[in-house]
Amino acid sequence: MSNVKYTQDHEWVRIDGDVGTIGITEYAQEQLGDVVFVELPEVGKAVTKGGEAAVVESVKAASEVFAPIDGEVVEVNDALAGEPGLVNSDPTGQGWFFKVRVKDASQLDALMDEAAYKSFVEGLH
Amino acid sequence: MRYPPLTDADRREMLAAIGVGSVDDLFRDVPAAAHLDGPIEGLPLAKSEMEVERIVGALASKNLPAGSVPCFLGAGAYRHHIPAAVDHLIQRGEFLTSYTPYQPEVSQGTLQYLFEFQTQVALITGMEVANASMYDGATACAEAVLMANRLTRRKKAILSGGLHPHYRDSTALLGRFIGFDLVRPDPDPQGGEDLVSLIDEETSCVVVQNPSVFGQIRDLTPLAEACHAKGALLIVAISEVVSLGLLTPPGEMGADIVVAEGQSIGNALGFGGPYVGLFATRQKFVRQMPGRLCGQTVDADGRRGFVLTLSTREQHIRREKATSNICTNSGLCALAFSIHMSLLGEEGFRRLAELNHANAVLLADKLASVPGVEVANDSFFNEFTVRLSKPAAEVVDRLASADQERRVLAGVPVTRLYKNRPELAGLMLVAATETNTEEDMDALVEALREELR
Amino acid sequence: MSGAMNREGRPTRPVEASEAGRAVTATVTGNRGLTVEEPLIFEQDNPGAIGVDLPEPPHVRSRLGAVRPRGRIGLPSLSEPQVVRHYTRLSTRNMGIDTTMYPLGSCTMKHNPRLNEKMARLPGFADLHPMQPMDTVQGALELIDQLAHWLKALTGMPAVAMTPAAGAHGELCGMMAIRSALEDRNDPRRRVLVPESAHGTNPATAAALGYTVDSIPADARGRVDLEAFKAKLGPDVAAIMLTNPNTCGLFESDIVAIAEAVHEVGAFFYCDGANFNAIVGRVRPGDLGIDAMHINLHKTFSTPHGGGGPGAGPVVLSEALAPFAPVPAVVHGPDGRLRLVEHAEGDFAKSFGRMKGFHGQMGMFVRALTYILSHGADGLRQASSDAVLNANYLLARLKDVMTPSFDGPCMHEALFDDRFLKDTGVSTLDFAKAMIDEGFHPMTMYFPLVVHGAMLFEPTESESKETLDAFADTMRALVERAKSGDAGYFQGAPYHTPRRRLDETGAARNPVLRWQPDMPAREAAE
Repeated sequence: MSNVKYTQDHEWVRIDGDVGTIGITEYAQEQLGDVVFVELPEVGKAVTKGGEAAVVESVKAASEVFAPIDGEVVEVNDALAGEPGLVNSDPTGQGWFFKVRVKDASQLDALMDEAAYKSFVEGLH
Repeated sequence: MRYPPLTDADRREMLAAIGVGSVDDLFRDVPAAAHLDGPIEGLPLAKSEMEVERIVGALASKNLPAGSVPCFLGAGAYRHHIPAAVDHLIQRGEFLTSYTPYQPEVSQGTLQYLFEFQTQVALITGMEVANASMYDGATACAEAVLMANRLTRRKKAILSGGLHPHYRDSTALLGRFIGFDLVRPDPDPQGGEDLVSLIDEETSCVVVQNPSVFGQIRDLTPLAEACHAKGALLIVAISEVVSLGLLTPPGEMGADIVVAEGQSIGNALGFGGPYVGLFATRQKFVRQMPGRLCGQTVDADGRRGFVLTLSTREQHIRREKATSNICTNSGLCALAFSIHMSLLGEEGFRRLAELNHANAVLLADKLASVPGVEVANDSFFNEFTVRLSKPAAEVVDRLASADQERRVLAGVPVTRLYKNRPELAGLMLVAATETNTEEDMDALVEALREELR
Repeated sequence: MSGAMNREGRPTRPVEASEAGRAVTATVTGNRGLTVEEPLIFEQDNPGAIGVDLPEPPHVRSRLGAVRPRGRIGLPSLSEPQVVRHYTRLSTRNMGIDTTMYPLGSCTMKHNPRLNEKMARLPGFADLHPMQPMDTVQGALELIDQLAHWLKALTGMPAVAMTPAAGAHGELCGMMAIRSALEDRNDPRRRVLVPESAHGTNPATAAALGYTVDSIPADARGRVDLEAFKAKLGPDVAAIMLTNPNTCGLFESDIVAIAEAVHEVGAFFYCDGANFNAIVGRVRPGDLGIDAMHINLHKTFSTPHGGGGPGAGPVVLSEALAPFAPVPAVVHGPDGRLRLVEHAEGDFAKSFGRMKGFHGQMGMFVRALTYILSHGADGLRQASSDAVLNANYLLARLKDVMTPSFDGPCMHEALFDDRFLKDTGVSTLDFAKAMIDEGFHPMTMYFPLVVHGAMLFEPTESESKETLDAFADTMRALVERAKSGDAGYFQGAPYHTPRRRLDETGAARNPVLRWQPDMPAREAAE
């Protein structure tokens, strides 16, 4: 899983060639509680690193999901519309949010790898 | 004073328990210069229940209750008969003195009636879903335009010349401050305006009232089609909700959002408020709806129950990203609406609408025979426009004046609704409801015959 | 889950006692004495029945024009006794101030005097059409004018806009007046400062008007951090929106300095008056340097909350903002008669316009004035004094077992956080649900956001010492129970309500917002 990178806002991005798949982490879904709705960007939309790309809603909270890197949205996870609970049950798998065509791979270097993210989360307690 | 439960002995004991000498010590954070030492001077002191009744009663008696004379006023507020059970039931303390159902386990009464209210509103408007009420029809209209702007990501609203000026003005205010463009054709007493040619690719919505503020009824299907062809939404406003007992509902004519003033059902005239705004739309738009929503669910024992839902749209969660800043709604007015609607039922609602229309037709026919009065409408429900041979504002004032042998509240002069529209000076809106007797109508006819002679 | 349900939403077999601590004797119907199950009104359709007796309409030629008459709507048919029973049964499933102590912080659930209701129903007010000639409504205009006078005198402000329909609507009004004033002097500004502890309506209002919301932190005393606030001030700041007393139930002790700093940079001070009830008759906000403040008549002046409204939110304004106030407004004519100005013209040419239909929440005005006249200047001062006394008494009775968030006396509400529940496995929510079983409405939970697991208690002046003692004793016993390791009890609560905890996740994931004819109660809920 060395091709997965993490942000301090608890998003993950998995790189496959020039496409990055983006979702929220196990820690984030736990903090949110039961996810009831996910607002996804439109395919074709340009997202920028740190900019708002999606919104994830639990019963009592709505949180922005920020794009970890610049890119153009090429696909969104339509399954979340009917089954938002996927974000809770499988946040790093079937609960992915959207995919972007990576614009600048060097932006990934600034993100955390799994070990760094793990110790970052531990530091939050 | 009859209200404070604390006695002076209680107060002393409580201050001792807190460990301060006086209540003033509890206000120690107030800047000394702003601290008042005693009751504000120049204001009256406490009064007994009897005294207050006398004072407030005296103010009430300076007014002319609409029901004490023949009354034909409408223009967005209508005098209907409210069954006695309505007011009795809404005054049950558990309804009257509860708040927003934040604790659903002890608010199922409020939540269930809101769910029923939402269903009633959806049914009569012919829409899929409705919210748990807005302040009134005008504010609901303004919120509908904001919602259309969000949905279409466009910023131009076309407001029909038949839209009630209060609805137009309330919407235009938000346009100016929140930032969207408005196209506002002239007032349209004849109902002949061409809105279709105004719609373009920038248009987020067209707002049209049916029946219009002048009473005209039109089939909105072609307008809905024209809106949808350009990717715009059709918002239908209704200021007399009783009309839905008889007319094709906006949902069947292609409306995307329906807003209405619900006052006519269950709510007194009350000099203009509080009233209750109805707001209905399609299921697919529900997450962009303003206001509170009640939804069905189950409890821990698997029994059906109700909760406020989709509250992430609202200000207390989204804060600066909320769909609207609305917090308080019109809960108790919605309850009055819902109870009255339940008493009416399918048959009663239709009958009520038929009675209103029939009375208006009778009145129009009678007025048409008066020299100096011309009925301007080709179609109407319970309200229509007449053109008088004298300025309507003066006629209305004179017919209601205390020196008349028989006072009549004849109608609403159109110039009272519009600023600087001298060309509308002869127009008067006249409404008839189930409360008007034939004798009332004859009184109006006679008074006008006399006045316009 | 126990038991399938029939169409009426009743369990088809007796409910069994399944949870620890819940000793319920099963009944045949699922009813429990006074707690009677009540189907939806739509499930009680009794074709042929009717709850009104309208006459047969006279036969006329339709003038409806070209539209098709509508078909069946789908409304249920019921007689009057059926309808009365339906709503009466529903009412018994609500807690209200009339039923029990309702210390919902920030919402001011005080007694609603019934004289207010009686006065609002006088035909001279209730049966007035808003468009009647002004000569026929002089008493109504006089009432609005009198209430306006009281509101100005109590706040020490020169002007008041009466039409806003609720608190949030009042905020919109005040902030539009501020923007109008800035535009009028060609000084548009983009930023509004809002403390973190603010009501959600504040940032929502500022953002709706196109302002960037800049959040100011609180200091360790729960007040605005004066230094942080001053650092954020600048020539691009349009206004600060500050609640006072604030949402932590504390008086902003630096408020005069805040007002001066705001005015120094040419900005305006909007005060959220939701908590005005703590200081009526003791402090005039006008003396503190505010420019605008809304007054929730349904909080401070006891108009009923009615399950969520209607409210009313008049806004007092400074001289600088007054010219921009909305229409309509009541004015004194030269002949001594009162008149409504309904359009932005003449003396009101600078008015920003109309906010809603007609002239304001008249029914609420009658109730509020009745309350004010009953109390008088002395009674209003007594009411706020008692409200503050009651909150401090509660604080004193609970501070050794619960964890107050801030030191010192509070104003009309006492704020605790959930530190006292640490390691008990009981959350603020669980604790609130257990209070319900004890017959009390919970406090406001999880607001303000500045403390963890907030519990905000506002007893109001309407509670007796006896009730406060019973409440405090109950809270202390619950704290003890929570600390004794009985978390399961709290997590399962409430047990004795018409419904137990409801599945809010399911409701939000699959919204069912209306009844459908072919909707079996169970299936629709899942």
